[in-house]
Amino acid sequence: MKSGFRHSILLILLMLVGLPALRAEEGSSLDVKSFIFGHTSDAYCFHITEIKGKPVCVWLPVIVHSKTTGWHCFSSKHVCELPEGETYQGFYVAPMTDPKYPGKLVEVTASGEVKRPFDLSFTKNAFGIFLVCGFMLAFFLPAARKYKKNPEGTPTKYQGLVEWLTYMVLDGIISPSIPKSKVPKFAPYLLTVFFFIFFCNLFGLIPFFPFGANVTGNLSITLVLALCTYVAVNIFGNRHYWKDILWPDVPLFLKFPIPLMPVIELVSTLTKPFALMIRLFANILAGHIIIMVLMALIFIIGGMYGAGMGGATSVISIFMMVFMTALECLVAYIQAYVFTMLSSIFIGMAQEEGEPEKHLNEKPIKK
Amino acid sequence: MELFLPESGLMIWMLIGFLIVLFILAKVGWPMIMGAVTKRNQHISDSLVAAQEANNALAGIEAAKEKAIAESQAEQLRIIKESQELKSQLVEEAKAAAHAEAEKIVAEARMRIQKEQQEAMDQIRAEVITLSVDIAEKLLQRELSDKQSQSAYIEELLNNNEKRIEA
Repeated sequence: MKSGFRHSILLILLMLVGLPALRAEEGSSLDVKSFIFGHTSDAYCFHITEIKGKPVCVWLPVIVHSKTTGWHCFSSKHVCELPEGETYQGFYVAPMTDPKYPGKLVEVTASGEVKRPFDLSFTKNAFGIFLVCGFMLAFFLPAARKYKKNPEGTPTKYQGLVEWLTYMVLDGIISPSIPKSKVPKFAPYLLTVFFFIFFCNLFGLIPFFPFGANVTGNLSITLVLALCTYVAVNIFGNRHYWKDILWPDVPLFLKFPIPLMPVIELVSTLTKPFALMIRLFANILAGHIIIMVLMALIFIIGGMYGAGMGGATSVISIFMMVFMTALECLVAYIQAYVFTMLSSIFIGMAQEEGEPEKHLNEKPIKK
Repeated sequence: MELFLPESGLMIWMLIGFLIVLFILAKVGWPMIMGAVTKRNQHISDSLVAAQEANNALAGIEAAKEKAIAESQAEQLRIIKESQELKSQLVEEAKAAAHAEAEKIVAEARMRIQKEQQEAMDQIRAEVITLSVDIAEKLLQRELSDKQSQSAYIEELLNNNEKRIEA
């Protein structure tokens, strides 16, 4: 309990680190929308803080391919600090208020047309992805090496932790959903997905460099994850699964001459990963937005009723933010759990043999 | 609205990063951990079975030990009983033998005594005969004048002879 309190204090202090950035914006009235979406969406540089009005950032590489001028690769320093109206190599970052490409790198063509080039920039979220990837490798590989070196030995505390985490997912999520013989085939993917989402969620909650990238709250990332599940379900689905989709056990008029049920079934294979994609994205983004709104509230109230009211609001706001962050820690786990759980159920259903009613009855029930 | 549009560039980075981690962990991460834990589970369950078997074996040994102890105790009792019987038998036999020996000795002694008595009697008889002959001789040698002195004299001789026999 005491350490929980200490951690909350630490969390508040860490949140205050972000406040100077806001104070700079306080002079001009705070644009809540661009403030919130500027922090929750992707960025070309990793903004840390602002000192005396000057941003302190980690400049990430911008890699773009223009149809007219070919490949460009430069530091985001050139485009992020660009004065209004100027371009660097024909590119500039559209402001958050831009209706078409808010916060994105755009190209001004020779004809004066504003276009979006093919953008392969190593953005803040890409940085976040590789940070999590690196962390996962650094966390799990030494344990694997220890197991390989000394498989009969007593596990160390660190191995115990890795084992506990792994088997929490393996026994709690994967094994109940997938036929036993198929577990070794799909467990690596599901374990990787679980820990990738879980660590991304947690790292996204830590509000300072090198963490804080809103990775799982970005549709591109959840799309790729859902795509992986889609591939795992449908590419590795067995004959029985495909027969259920293309020739289900329904009256003949439902599948011939108009293949009504097969079409519905085919669409349902798409809606399942689509739901996975939206669920994860929306949950994480919502959490981040709520925290940002609570933070912005201080300055909105402060701007409207003066600094005194703003200060008073900050007490409530920070308390709420601590609460929300704690809740988000829970959500971080729950969303990773749900994504992995549903993925393994879908994969398990595509691996079932026998009667179609069977997997309805055998649907794993998690207490 | 741009929040809901996937970015192709970010998707490519995501795919690269995720697939690299998936590939590495699927090759050298998860199978090692799962394999080692499965192996250990197997080892633990095997060991439990082995321990159970050892326990059972130990229980058998215990029973055998108890049985052996009981048997040896019974044997001990039997031996003690037997030896006691033997002892009493020996004592009885010894007693009987001693008794017989004693009887024999007594009988021998008796016989010897009888024999000696006989011999003594024979001796006495011979002595008496000799004495009688002596007395008669002496009587004959001495003239027997008066009746009274004759009687006294015979008396004296007899007394003398009695003394001799006693001596």
